[in-house]
Amino acid sequence: MDENLVFNYTISGDDFTRAGEASSDVKNKLKMMGLDNNIIRKVAIAMYEGEINMVIHANGGTITVEISADNIRMILADTGPGIADIDKAMEQGYSTAPEEVRALGFGAGMGLPNMKKYSDHMEIDSTVGIGTTVTMDIHI
Amino acid sequence: MTIERIKNLLDADVLYGNECLDREVRYAFSSDMMSDVLAYADEHSALITGLCNPQVVRTAEMLDIVCIIFVRNKIPDQNILALAEDKEIVILCTGHGMFTACGILYSNGLLGGA
Ligand SMILES: Nc1ncnc2c1ncn2[C@@H]1O[C@H](COP(=O)(O)OP(=O)(O)OP(=O)(O)O)[C@@H](O)[C@H]1O
Ligand SMILES: [Mg+2]
Repeated sequence: MDENLVFNYTISGDDFTRAGEASSDVKNKLKMMGLDNNIIRKVAIAMYEGEINMVIHANGGTITVEISADNIRMILADTGPGIADIDKAMEQGYSTAPEEVRALGFGAGMGLPNMKKYSDHMEIDSTVGIGTTVTMDIHI
Repeated sequence: MTIERIKNLLDADVLYGNECLDREVRYAFSSDMMSDVLAYADEHSALITGLCNPQVVRTAEMLDIVCIIFVRNKIPDQNILALAEDKEIVILCTGHGMFTACGILYSNGLLGGA
């Protein structure tokens, strides 16, 4: 590939049942491109965790996926409440999700550590009251 | 173990995927927390759960899970079934509770993953 492929998604914050559609679309695209299954699975899980976070913690946002010859970059940006203590948020089991989110099967405080585990590089840029941007790289 | 065998052992109804029952399931994972499933489940697994919403199918899709088993007669709605059909994920429904369903499968040789 000479040029990078770029895909943009807008994630709605008020429809939990539709959360994951963007990740699903990316998974399909990567399959069609014939990428290794292991890499597709890592991208799908990491992006889905991030997409769910956007919906349950930040009232939606945007996701940009950039695919180059040797890397897949996912940029998840929202204008939600932001994360006050990023180190704490990265701890397994730390969650501020309310009870109704737990009843939907999320809010165990596993998402961010899982995103870190499945990506080769992850960066969180967050300001309270402004929003959060998570950037993940997965090498091909 | 094939999905067909799981269906028979659990006396389960097939809500989607009758033509895929010959597929192999390597491991099983049970949880009502999709967070846990995303962190720990292996591919080619069956997911045994009491949670019934579209994100169960989405989670299975991301992990390449081949079969979802809803316990204690939880019946997924059309929305959930349509998504499963789109992703070719077999949907079973059993009257057994979570503990019993897991016990039956485990004692017949289906193990948890890594
Ligand atoms: N985009 C975001 N905006 C604001 N806060 C966030 C965002 N993403 C994560 N957080 C904060 O970080 C905490 C930990 O996130 P993490 O994804 O690890 O767990 P969770 O979403 O609470 O539960 P799980 O991912 O297991 O469903 C969240 O509870 C929330 O307080
Ligand atoms: Mg999360």
